[in-house]
Amino acid sequence: MTILEIMEILDAELLCGQEIIDKEILYACGSDLMSDVLAFVKDHTVLLTGLTNPQVVRTAEMMDISAIVFVRGKRPADEVIQMAAERKMAVLLTKYTMFTACGLLYQGGLRGDVI
Amino acid sequence: METQDDATMSQSYFIEPGNFILAGEAAEQIKKILKQLGIDAALIRKVAIASYEAEMNLVIHSVGGRLILNVNPQEITIIAQDDGPGIKDIELAMKEGYSTAPDAARELGFGAGMGLPNIKRYSDRFAIQSAEGEGTRVEMTFYLS
Repeated sequence: MTILEIMEILDAELLCGQEIIDKEILYACGSDLMSDVLAFVKDHTVLLTGLTNPQVVRTAEMMDISAIVFVRGKRPADEVIQMAAERKMAVLLTKYTMFTACGLLYQGGLRGDVI
Repeated sequence: METQDDATMSQSYFIEPGNFILAGEAAEQIKKILKQLGIDAALIRKVAIASYEAEMNLVIHSVGGRLILNVNPQEITIIAQDDGPGIKDIELAMKEGYSTAPDAARELGFGAGMGLPNIKRYSDRFAIQSAEGEGTRVEMTFYLS
């Protein structure tokens, strides 16, 4: 599934990262606990979260995660979007809740990791 | 960057306590250096995650400390060293889910008691020394071959 398809499924707004919307995503990780995200290592992963602080972008950077979805319409501050743009990440904003957003992506074919 | 000879390099970063905006900056720099050195991407990710968790620990718990990167042809070593306050019960601190972090850390998605366990999980060799009222030293080593 591409980032563009994720955008369509989640009826999401693209806040930055237009240049990588054709990138292929294979796995998803939905969490507000960054330490749990850091325990999950997979390539081509999208991170869904309800947190909007700079540490979300830092966590994504450490994990080589190139796409972040902010759920339930929580718009991050401009500085956070800027941080993600500088790191060439795509940032999406959806009005769906975490549960619904994850459900829609799972239905669309994305899978999580087996711990 | 301080290069002692062709084969060994060392870099040290001061970590400011309580600065949640800058937190992660040092780990990101370490990741960049390892990338420049041409280290394998999967290994870089392991080092970056462990460094980041160690840096967050310094920001959340310490009175200030240092994150040190050492690279030689055999291994990468990250040392997180601080001047206190020290860990009362190391065995408990190593347990997944145990945390003494304040709300400020939890609001950022940290303080879930996964820091030290994650560091141990990703490193090939792990050592921790600490005593209450003294500093803490965490050393994590990653083999290059």
